[in-house]
Amino acid sequence: MRLQHTLGRTPYYVVAGGLAIMFLVPLVWTTVASVSPHSATAQQVGYGLGNYRTLWDYDAGLLQYLWNSTFVSVLTVALTLGLSLLGGYAFGRFRFLGRDVLFLLIIAILMVPYVTLLVPLWVLFGDLGLRNSLFGLSLVLTLYQLPFAMFMMRISFEAVPKEIEESALVDGCGTFGVLRRIMVRAVWPGMLTVGLFAFLHGWNDFIAPLFLINDSATYPLPLAIATLRQQTMGAVDFGATQAGVVVMALPCLFLFLVLQRYYVRGFMSGALKG
Amino acid sequence: MRSPVARGEEAQAPPRPPAARRPWWRSRAAKGAAYASPAAAFVVMFFVVPLLLVGRMSASEWPLLQGDQGTNFPDNFDGMTDDRLFWPAVGFTLKYTVIVVAILLVLAMIMALIVQERRPGVTFFRTAYFLPVALGLASASLLFWGFFSPSIGPIDPILRDLGLIDGNIRWIGTPNMALLSTIALVVWKFAGFFMIILLVGLQSIPTEVYEAARIDGANRVQTFFRVTLPLLRPSLALVLILSITGSLLAFDQFFILTNGGPDNSTVTVVMLIYREAFQRFDLGTAAALSVVVLVVLLVVNIVQFRFLRRGTD
Repeated sequence: MRLQHTLGRTPYYVVAGGLAIMFLVPLVWTTVASVSPHSATAQQVGYGLGNYRTLWDYDAGLLQYLWNSTFVSVLTVALTLGLSLLGGYAFGRFRFLGRDVLFLLIIAILMVPYVTLLVPLWVLFGDLGLRNSLFGLSLVLTLYQLPFAMFMMRISFEAVPKEIEESALVDGCGTFGVLRRIMVRAVWPGMLTVGLFAFLHGWNDFIAPLFLINDSATYPLPLAIATLRQQTMGAVDFGATQAGVVVMALPCLFLFLVLQRYYVRGFMSGALKG
Repeated sequence: MRSPVARGEEAQAPPRPPAARRPWWRSRAAKGAAYASPAAAFVVMFFVVPLLLVGRMSASEWPLLQGDQGTNFPDNFDGMTDDRLFWPAVGFTLKYTVIVVAILLVLAMIMALIVQERRPGVTFFRTAYFLPVALGLASASLLFWGFFSPSIGPIDPILRDLGLIDGNIRWIGTPNMALLSTIALVVWKFAGFFMIILLVGLQSIPTEVYEAARIDGANRVQTFFRVTLPLLRPSLALVLILSITGSLLAFDQFFILTNGGPDNSTVTVVMLIYREAFQRFDLGTAAALSVVVLVVLLVVNIVQFRFLRRGTD
């Protein structure tokens, strides 16, 4: 009986464990490869940080690229949260003319491929002086976060009991006071989810900066690392590329592990179902 | 039918004194509209205006540097197919989509079934499967670009030591291998994402349903195909919609890993748009392609939503 029980468990662990190895091996490999000695990299003998030194000094310097990416991600988070906090409050607690049309319009952003908007945005941003600008890039990244963010914040606001709001209004709070003093405390888990999605999107996006940024000192990290590897034909630096992958992955993996609960909340809400 | 009592109560409600009426701009509706106005302005400026602009561009001669040279409709749409890569790119994108979606659907389903079990170690498995989701697609593509390189890739040396191969495997050197390697990368990156969607769907199925199936004498396989799968249909439809849309718009993975090669065998439709715009400097044709992609995607999504509706009714 006991043996049979053990046998029944073995295939499960073989399959589950095999899959776990498949998913972990590339992550482990890139970390190891970034510090391993290899003739094709800056780390020639022994283990060390040679590849990271190459990366540090690459073109405008790693610090510049880290700053660009951080700036874009933080601004994307701030813009997304600002718009979806006010908008979610409006959609969740008020009735006004054009409410449903506006909400549908925001959800419709999901239906339009990224690239369909990037072509005209390149022209539009040229006229507005936003081409080649990290601020302009954040605006585009924010646009694509809006459908999810607005849905998430709307259902967060709708879930707040009416009595809390009414008692505050009776106590003489204005609608903005209600938002600032009471609502924000009730909807912060939704804000955390929205902020996490916006940060990961801002930090990782590749195609928007590829279209909109052409000055290499203004590149966010993914674009900088992708350019680094093809910098000198014939002398491709595989080691520095993997060091770059590690640098890009670390903040994401950290946030992800710390805030996993809030990430999964995004799926539970049904927000992704549009 | 409303009862007379209710009507009586209604009549007793005091009429609103006209003095208490606020001016319209202080009404609750006006305040709501005010809170929504930043989002409204943003969406008009960066969504509606570009959408109108791309329509106009698709009907105009629009070189990258010179800008608008006037209407030339329908030249851009006619000229699209002149690119000798057009039909191969359409065919390749469809082929890639079919393979990736099939693999992702089956693998994510297996993974969701694995991590919904209550066994020791299951938290570890869930986290391990889920970790690649945190990485960006560009980061993952750069990772696999090294992973599959003859220079520092880890697989070739192991196979050489085992005596299984001489020299190197051309992971991205031939059209078929380039496709397979990219599929491996995409499956690695996204399987955990779709696993979570299916897991949420699995967990929303009430346990009573399974108990009823057990009492009726259904075995595990029967329960899965007759009970679990039908009830999971909304989640499965969501996985389909997201994975089909994402695959039809594939760009980063091919741009970074294969750069469309070898011999332009892995050029996708979105890559064509990029090439038209920034290598052939023809924004008009790029816009026309973008409009076509938009229309095709709308049709695909409408068809899929129909399918989803029928599933939930």
